[in-house]
Amino acid sequence: MADGPARTNLLPLALHVPEPRSRPGDPVDFSDVVIPAAGSMARPDEAISPHDMRDAAFGLVRVLDEEHQAVGPWDPRLPAETLLKILRTMALTRAFDERLYRAQRQGKTSFYMKCTGEEATSVSAAAAMQGDDMVFPSYRQQGILMWRGYPLVEMVNQIYSNAGDKLKGRQLPIMYSVPELSFFTISGNLTTQYPQAVGWAMASAIKGDTRIASCWCGEGSTAEGDFHSAMTFASVYNAPVILNVVNNQWAISSFSGFAGAERTTFAARALGYGIAGLRVDGNDALAVYAATRWAAERARANKGATLIEHFTYRAEGHSTSDDPSAYRSAQESAEWPLGDPIHRLKQHCIGLGIWDEERHAAMDLELAEMVKQATKEAEKNGVLGHGMHQPFETMFEDVFEELPWHLQEQMAQALEERAAKWPK
Amino acid sequence: MAEVIEAASDTRTMNMIEAINSALDVMMERDDNVVIMGEDVGYFGGVFRCTAGLQKKYGKTRVFDTPISECGIVGVAVGMGAYGLRPVPEIQFADYIYPGIDQLISEAARLRYRSAGEYIAPITVRSPFGGGIFGGQTHSQSPESLFTHVAGLKTVIPSTPYDAKGLLISAIEDNDPVIFFEPKRIYNGPFSGYYDRPVEPWSKHAASAVPAGHYRIPLGKANIVREGEGLTILAYGTMVHVALAVVEANNVDAEVIDLRTLLPLDIETIEASVKKTGRCLIVHEATRTSGFGAELSALVQERCFYHLEAPVERVTGFDTPYPHSLEWAYFPGPIRIGRAIAKIMKD
Repeated sequence: MADGPARTNLLPLALHVPEPRSRPGDPVDFSDVVIPAAGSMARPDEAISPHDMRDAAFGLVRVLDEEHQAVGPWDPRLPAETLLKILRTMALTRAFDERLYRAQRQGKTSFYMKCTGEEATSVSAAAAMQGDDMVFPSYRQQGILMWRGYPLVEMVNQIYSNAGDKLKGRQLPIMYSVPELSFFTISGNLTTQYPQAVGWAMASAIKGDTRIASCWCGEGSTAEGDFHSAMTFASVYNAPVILNVVNNQWAISSFSGFAGAERTTFAARALGYGIAGLRVDGNDALAVYAATRWAAERARANKGATLIEHFTYRAEGHSTSDDPSAYRSAQESAEWPLGDPIHRLKQHCIGLGIWDEERHAAMDLELAEMVKQATKEAEKNGVLGHGMHQPFETMFEDVFEELPWHLQEQMAQALEERAAKWPK
Repeated sequence: MAEVIEAASDTRTMNMIEAINSALDVMMERDDNVVIMGEDVGYFGGVFRCTAGLQKKYGKTRVFDTPISECGIVGVAVGMGAYGLRPVPEIQFADYIYPGIDQLISEAARLRYRSAGEYIAPITVRSPFGGGIFGGQTHSQSPESLFTHVAGLKTVIPSTPYDAKGLLISAIEDNDPVIFFEPKRIYNGPFSGYYDRPVEPWSKHAASAVPAGHYRIPLGKANIVREGEGLTILAYGTMVHVALAVVEANNVDAEVIDLRTLLPLDIETIEASVKKTGRCLIVHEATRTSGFGAELSALVQERCFYHLEAPVERVTGFDTPYPHSLEWAYFPGPIRIGRAIAKIMKD
């Protein structure tokens, strides 16, 4: 057709290719981001029909106002103890990220992924669920493990793929698996966990269990077919599941426009499926808690699934393999209009008189030391690339429950190669 | 693991559909964690009737219809397996399995490995496959080698009602994900390859005698369906019957081996047979290049080279999409098999 005659009486068609607000060196302007006042969104009953809460998919659940006061109907009115535990867990997550990021730079492992700026989307969400509710995370929800009390040294062992790594050094760093904390094995393939979480929730419903499931993906991977398959199944079977979309604006170098953000919100994806959709200030730990609790209560009451869009910002690179200064303005992070989740909750607690700067500074030092001790402890089990930490046989285990003949033969070959390469 | 018939049970005459239905019934009865799902499998009982009556017997939460989403069907099954259920999803035609393939390859097949055994995917994906029913390119494919190529998946293909039930029970009880391809051309009767002859019902075949109760045929164990000295023929599914018919018609002294499980493969039986006969023909309906026959040929060459008296031959479908009107020109039928046998036996 390219060579065919042009019909000159018609408008030529034009392809739209999305372009982000700013590229490196550009001034940053977030003035187009609509931020409703904290407390302004109504909180519907958990049993509401999704059709009667369409506005919730386009607004923003916010609890903490500009003065860091908790306001409005979504205020979860948490006791001081819970507020401080959320604050501490978010700070621990950040301290852990800082140190393990540096460990990668020091050559102790191959890869790391921080969740800086997004801590509330996992820590507060976990806080609002029961400890035995099943979570199907993506790769940036380490805050769930922090909240559920997973030993830091186990996490570092996994990151170092060392002799203490219970996953036998098979998984890329941070791809944890912790069934005892109802934490599913993380996949590097995007959004595959979505239909799995729906399936788990369906199984829980089939069995008349009381536990619900929750899953997370980024806004970029809502474009995957798995996301839409999961939404369809969740809708059809009224599955007791919470579907979290962490909209951190960036999928490596592709801004959210490449997942459809120029046209509508991600929470609005719920509407076509007849699922409840909530859009939440993801940097407001109290809003995330309140929205998650709302969705959890709804699921427990057999009222179905909720899609929660956490509107947030990926303050750092995608991973240690990424350099965001190559594709976005360095100022974006500092100028993100919804601030930082740890700073905001800290200021809120100070305002309540249950916290102060001195205690916060002391806590940060304590947490940094705690993480340091965990890494030291894990290093006793080795670091990646310095020696082989797993017996060669482990490479062939767990492909199947039992070792078939062809893997037995290949294992023998691997052991022979080992003997030839490393005679001792 | 030998063939086990655990409880003395009466034997009934079944076609392959009834045998598969019986296996599902037996397993649902024995294990509350077995659930069945797929397109049209519930109230209707499946487009090939393999799940007929099961929803009525076991209820809608254990046998249910699904959205038309193979990605969703497999992904949901993986999640159910993680919960502790033992799902048996049906993919209506093997030709439709591709939207679910990432959930099979990247998830089901890898859960055990990536979690060091903490999570498993004890799911059995049933799917009718193969041609011979004028299904055209979207209802005739044989994609088994896509799955045998994946570490962590087992692939099973029965050729008789008796085998179908025993193998399906083993597959459901297996703690690893199993792809269970059902040769739809022989659901209602074995097939000689002569499409213009009347269909012979299963009731005239000895393997239609199927125990009503629970029994297993172990995965990874082939079946020597005909003993012989001059040539080994490796086949599975529909092609077992076609190969047998050719051998009988031409009075060839062939040993015909029904592989039953492609992975794990019964290499011992293959090796012993080829070392005995010195000749090997591989027959499958799937396309030729990178088909499972290539793997079989390589294995035979590696293990039996000095016993071979002729090159290993493959008879397969052509490397084209499965055509509709030219189905019987595509199908690796008696002429193609007969010529290959003649070629091998000539040396």
